[in-house]
Amino acid sequence: MNNSMSGKKKSGSILSHAVLILFALSALLPLSLVLLNSFKDQKSIVRNPLSWPETWHFSNYAEAWEAANFGRGFINSILLTGTTILIVLFAASLAGYVLAGNRIKGTKFVTVYFMVAMTVPIQLFLFPLYFVMAKLGLLGNVFAVGVILGAVNLPLAIFLMKSFFMNIPRELEESARIDGATTRQLITGIMIPLVRPGLLTVSIIVGIAAWNEFLVTSTFLQGQNSFTATLGFLSLNNTYNTNQGLMMAASVIMIAPLIIFFLIVQKYFIDGLVSGAVKG
Amino acid sequence: MQMRKATNYLLIAPSLLLSLLIVLIPGLLTLLVAFTDWDGVAVSPSFIGMQNFQEIFEDRIFWKSLFNNAQWTIMFITVPVVIGLLTAILLLRRKRSRSAYQLIFLFPYVLAPATNAMLWLNIIFNPVSGVVGYLKNSLGMSITSPLSSVHTALYAVASVDIWHYWGFLTVVYLAALRQTPGDQIEAAQLEGCNSWQLFKFVYFPSIKPTFSIMLVMIIIFSFLTFDYVYLLTGGGPAHSTEMLSTYAYTFAFSAFQVGKAASVALFMSIMGLLASCLYIWLSKNDLKG
Repeated sequence: MNNSMSGKKKSGSILSHAVLILFALSALLPLSLVLLNSFKDQKSIVRNPLSWPETWHFSNYAEAWEAANFGRGFINSILLTGTTILIVLFAASLAGYVLAGNRIKGTKFVTVYFMVAMTVPIQLFLFPLYFVMAKLGLLGNVFAVGVILGAVNLPLAIFLMKSFFMNIPRELEESARIDGATTRQLITGIMIPLVRPGLLTVSIIVGIAAWNEFLVTSTFLQGQNSFTATLGFLSLNNTYNTNQGLMMAASVIMIAPLIIFFLIVQKYFIDGLVSGAVKG
Repeated sequence: MQMRKATNYLLIAPSLLLSLLIVLIPGLLTLLVAFTDWDGVAVSPSFIGMQNFQEIFEDRIFWKSLFNNAQWTIMFITVPVVIGLLTAILLLRRKRSRSAYQLIFLFPYVLAPATNAMLWLNIIFNPVSGVVGYLKNSLGMSITSPLSSVHTALYAVASVDIWHYWGFLTVVYLAALRQTPGDQIEAAQLEGCNSWQLFKFVYFPSIKPTFSIMLVMIIIFSFLTFDYVYLLTGGGPAHSTEMLSTYAYTFAFSAFQVGKAASVALFMSIMGLLASCLYIWLSKNDLKG
């Protein structure tokens, strides 16, 4: 009896491991194929994309870096993402503080507004915005696009910051008030240091979203000089269809920094995903 | 005291102003433009009433897009949800390997749609240099790129998007499952519940609020889906993967019929708004806070 129970448990455990490994492989195999083929030339990729490289073409990387203009692209990506993060941190932390404490008359209204704003399609405001930006000569301006992505990511950031502020005990604020702290002192001296993990979480979630964004970025950034790394990478696709080794090397240049960054900040990233979605 | 109240309005102002200028006002402009024949250039477009809506409702491709969005929704509320739940439940008991699995599952989710789409396009689906090409040319199997057939393109695009998305659900579901009160689990085990009963009567009720919110979010975003479709097929072949979003985008930037694009965008927004109401209703507990 006991034996068969543990036998059953064991086979269940093996099965569950097998399922998890299968799904892990489904995530990893396509990425490994990219890495593997980034060292091969077109001929050997066409012969067999699943084979180990016979000769290692490290030059694919240098060629890809040149062809996609990644030097320029990464600088633009950093400027754009940095703009988005700074704007979102400033606006969302202040708004989160106000909404968490129910400090204004229209708290409910503002909350509903940002909930709707979070789920509205980008196409709802994209077209008029595009033609206004064109009029203002702001197409191709990475900072302007950074601001737009700031507005797009703002609602989620506000709700994240709000939940971080709500975890601060009310008494802390009250005692600071009794000691005569102004709102400014209260926020910069007490609140902001306490929600620092929240600021980090918001920066990471919003930063990755802005870095990866496609619809807004590709619509507004025209002209090679304003291309982000992503757009530079995409511009390869038509020209280098017959040089897949170069395409794969460019993909690795796109993928590797992001995966490394993700592994470094994993705790904050997962915290952000979860607190944005899990309802208690 | 009075000053302090005024300060609070000042603090919310940057967020409201930013959203007003970039989301709300252009959004209202879309509402206006939807009833005009604006081409994006003209200074004074003429008001044409419901004509844009009449024309899109008569367009076969509009209905095709709507139907594709509906199919997309059905695929997304089933496949990734089932995979996410299954893997989350399996990870619940793997205390040591849990975080490693979570990280691996999130890899595709963290990467840009542009990178993921190009990856599948070039090394998997490509009929010359991809795995598909290898199976066809070297092993002699009779397959073509699933993206090039009107019968399979939608499923192929959805597969790539689902491949990138399901890990997110695993992480969210797992976090919710872990909040299930321990005493409830113990009580159920003492009562002799088997694994399925434990899930059905203890774990699932506990994660239900999260589960419903995620379902609503999936429905909303299924009606807005753009990136993978646009990058992998651009809506083709023969509109077989056309979505409302790509349909609107083509009107605005290929045909310069901005009025029409706006009317499609408005239609999408109304669909989204209905789902948003559901979302707000489900998170009404947050509003009390």
